[in-house]
Amino acid sequence: MSQVPIFRMRRAVVHGLLGGYTLIAILPVLLIIMNSFKDRKAIFNHPLSPPGPASFSLIGYETVLKQGDFLAYFQNSLIVTIGSLFFILLFGAMASFALTEYRFRGNVFIGLFLALGVMVPIRLGTIAILEMMAKSGLVNSLFALILVYTAQGLPLACFVLSEFMRTVSADLKNAGRVDGLSEYVVFFRLVLPLVRPAMATVAIFSMIPIWNDLWFPLILAPSEATKTITLGTQVFIGQFVTNWNAVLAALTLSLTPALVLYLIFSRQLIRGLTAGAVK
Amino acid sequence: MPRINFRSTVLGSTALAVGVLLSSAAFAEDVTLTIESWRNDDLPIWQEKIIPAFEKANPGIKVVFSPTAPTEYNAALNTKLDAGTAGDLITCRPFDASLELFKKGHLTSVNDIAGMDTFNAVAKSAWSTDDGATTFCVPMASVIHGFIYNKDAFAKVGVEVPKTEEEFFAALDKIKKEGTYVPMAMGTADQWEAATMGYQNIGPNYWHGEDGRKALIAGKEKLTDADWVAPYQTLARWADYLGDGFKAQTYPDSQNMFALGRAAIYPAGSWDISVFNTQAEFKMGAFYPPVKKDGDTCYISDHADIAMGANAKSAHPEETKKFLAWLTSADFADIYANSLPGFFSLSSHEVKLQDPLAQEFVNWRGACKTTIRSTYQILSRGTPNLENETWGASANVINGSETPEVAAKRLQDGLDSWYKPAP
Amino acid sequence: MSEPVHIRRPRRWHIAVFLAPALAVYTTLMVIPLVETLRLSLFTEQDQVRSFVGLGNFITLFGDPRWAQAFWNALLNNIEFFSIHMAVQNPVGIALAALLSVPRLRGRAAYRTTLFMPTMLSFVVIGFIWKLILSPLWGVTPSIMAAIGLKSLFGPWLGQEDTALIAVSLVSVWQYIGIPMMLIYAALLSIPEEVIEAAECDGVVGVAQFWKIKLPLILPAIGLISVLTFVANFNAFDLIYVSQGALAGPNFATDILGTFLYRTFFGHQLQLGDQHMGATIATVMFLIILSVVAFYLLVIQRRMRRYEF
Repeated sequence: MSQVPIFRMRRAVVHGLLGGYTLIAILPVLLIIMNSFKDRKAIFNHPLSPPGPASFSLIGYETVLKQGDFLAYFQNSLIVTIGSLFFILLFGAMASFALTEYRFRGNVFIGLFLALGVMVPIRLGTIAILEMMAKSGLVNSLFALILVYTAQGLPLACFVLSEFMRTVSADLKNAGRVDGLSEYVVFFRLVLPLVRPAMATVAIFSMIPIWNDLWFPLILAPSEATKTITLGTQVFIGQFVTNWNAVLAALTLSLTPALVLYLIFSRQLIRGLTAGAVK
Repeated sequence: MPRINFRSTVLGSTALAVGVLLSSAAFAEDVTLTIESWRNDDLPIWQEKIIPAFEKANPGIKVVFSPTAPTEYNAALNTKLDAGTAGDLITCRPFDASLELFKKGHLTSVNDIAGMDTFNAVAKSAWSTDDGATTFCVPMASVIHGFIYNKDAFAKVGVEVPKTEEEFFAALDKIKKEGTYVPMAMGTADQWEAATMGYQNIGPNYWHGEDGRKALIAGKEKLTDADWVAPYQTLARWADYLGDGFKAQTYPDSQNMFALGRAAIYPAGSWDISVFNTQAEFKMGAFYPPVKKDGDTCYISDHADIAMGANAKSAHPEETKKFLAWLTSADFADIYANSLPGFFSLSSHEVKLQDPLAQEFVNWRGACKTTIRSTYQILSRGTPNLENETWGASANVINGSETPEVAAKRLQDGLDSWYKPAP
Repeated sequence: MSEPVHIRRPRRWHIAVFLAPALAVYTTLMVIPLVETLRLSLFTEQDQVRSFVGLGNFITLFGDPRWAQAFWNALLNNIEFFSIHMAVQNPVGIALAALLSVPRLRGRAAYRTTLFMPTMLSFVVIGFIWKLILSPLWGVTPSIMAAIGLKSLFGPWLGQEDTALIAVSLVSVWQYIGIPMMLIYAALLSIPEEVIEAAECDGVVGVAQFWKIKLPLILPAIGLISVLTFVANFNAFDLIYVSQGALAGPNFATDILGTFLYRTFFGHQLQLGDQHMGATIATVMFLIILSVVAFYLLVIQRRMRRYEF
């Protein structure tokens, strides 16, 4: 008996299953994007058909683009997300290195102290945070958001990075020390490159809640100049909730940049996630 | 290599953002007032009509209308007030929510604002201390409940505008039987829709408006009395006439259902008028909640809904006061009522309404006795909160998950657990 | 420890330098504000005067039938929410990861990319998209179900008490499935070649190889995912808030601890926020999450370490 037919069949099943779930993952999004290019009647009467010459309409986009600057919102989101990720990864990696590499008094305590933050939503501290920001004049600045998200992301970053730091070989670090490298150089040159996959994991985990957050932009930076895309979308949907052309257009405008960005970086991102494994 | 590019992009955009911040600071000579509001639907009207009118009359003062979605408004506003970062002008919810803000010192008294005498005591009562001595927000508008109907649908099916409850249900039956239209567009998914467009809409006819509302506050009537259970019993009958899947139908769904011409009757708040004006392609009419027997006095909910006060921590108290004084003017009353048909001025200025449907709603003020929503004054001060409980009860009764009697008892028990009427 | 300790003994300033930035940001912006808030659980306020009540608020929360009923309802719903995630998200995530790691699979990158995509979308967008799709008015779901002959099974799922929580949980699973999938996928790839080769020599291939060889090896990753899911689910709030409102309808059928806390702390409509009871609920949530995470770290993870390669 030849193995080929069985092999082929198995392949078909694998593709069938993966393809099926892929449809589940993208159909809802396609449906929204597709309908955003149709006129009102077509949206309601034939939701499942793609826009045709008769039903094509950009009225929703006209309404939305007249009202707000989605590009600026997007830029704000980008600055906040990248800024926060930078600090989370840098500070988180430094702290995890200290906690896993050295034995000192208070080590266990500081580890637990940092881990506590995973368990309470930072939203509860809003009033004190807002007062602090108001006193230091940071209200309506993107920096305020970056600070808050950095604090919010650090516990998880330390939690995950510590796990990985432990696996970095001691021989390598000691060899570096014997060569006369300072602790800083050991960390930045030897250890940091080795935990890159873990950093990618942390980056993705931390990025999603930051990009999607509605609460802190609403409280700390609601001004037009500092609005993030999530807040901008929410305001729009609230404003045009019965105007589905506008709602679908706003949804599409808000998810497209994220998707484009994701598609551009997805290879790096996924490689980062799985890099440790491929070797 | 790509990393460097990426970094420079970020730097570039940071610089850009800083630039934006700086450039907005350059106009510091003009005083800028910020309005906190939950009316994000009205943003274009404020930007295009109301604010330009004020700025024209008051050079040197710029106004920014900065709305938050209604669902987040209270939480966001309270947080910002506590931290001292809220805007200069605060849009006030009626009764206790704003009273609490005044008690905490977040709102100032508006007693000395010029023009406050254009409002009568009833209009001011929603934003005054319990003793009526201090008013802390300038009343802007009230909203009226009733039913909007599709005239084309009524003509096609051959039903008349119902006057009594019997006629109302007969009309619904006929529309249902005919089959072209969903008889009534309402859903229970958002809960408040069932409570506000349902219970508070038809209720005043049963509890006799102000008489019943005041008796409830005085403890002379109970929510378990027949007059208070009856509206729930009527609501429970509505379920047969709502669209398929009404349990998951949201408020915007209901609006769309009616505006698309799929439903014949829409239990309405007058604020819906402007939405339907722009979207419906059929003729519309309105009728007030049908009474029990022909000849009974009719009662309508004419609810003081929206007002504006001054943030006590505003950096520009003088300009803020100027704005509030402008809110009392005939100019404002006219602009507001006509650009937002369905929000009716609470002032004594004569306002000529250009919208015929809005005019129909206002005409009821002459034909019927008016009252405000039963749960708003005093009765929602404690926990459990009667207004929230009423949302749940109204939705449950229509969904059939609670009987009117059980729901009423639950509400009364909840109220009894914290509310002791003044002896 | 094999390292000579005395070499690094004198003045280890670098430890402080490594720790300082993280500790400073974390303490000022997270710990102090949160302690401020949790402290409030021991106080109450009447007529703008704050007074100490000890554990009084906790007694109210568990003793007053109304508070207790709302709390247990939210806790049970939260447990159901978490169970659905564990029962659907993890098995499906593992299955997808296993399929993705089939050797020499064509289109692997495309699958990976699209499967992870929903995770990148915001709650606002997702809540709204699914509300539209499941809306009885729009009729997308009924017509799809009619096309496959299942129209009679359609119901207003988000609006029915017995289905709303399941529906919302599944939307949340739909959104987050990419995370377990990717982590398991990474774990599967990191299994050493020799182990797989040895299995193949013994004739253990395909599905049997997955169950017998790979699954035990990725257990630590599954453990980590489970605990992260738990923490995320017990802090969850946004999706339910966006799709079902702050009252988590119908009739509180989708109320979880996050929404209960939000409603209490910040108030809702005419209900004024009660920071003290809110802080009490937050403290209880904190203790629940703390005990589960501690259990995982101290009991499960230690045991699992032994199997690591």
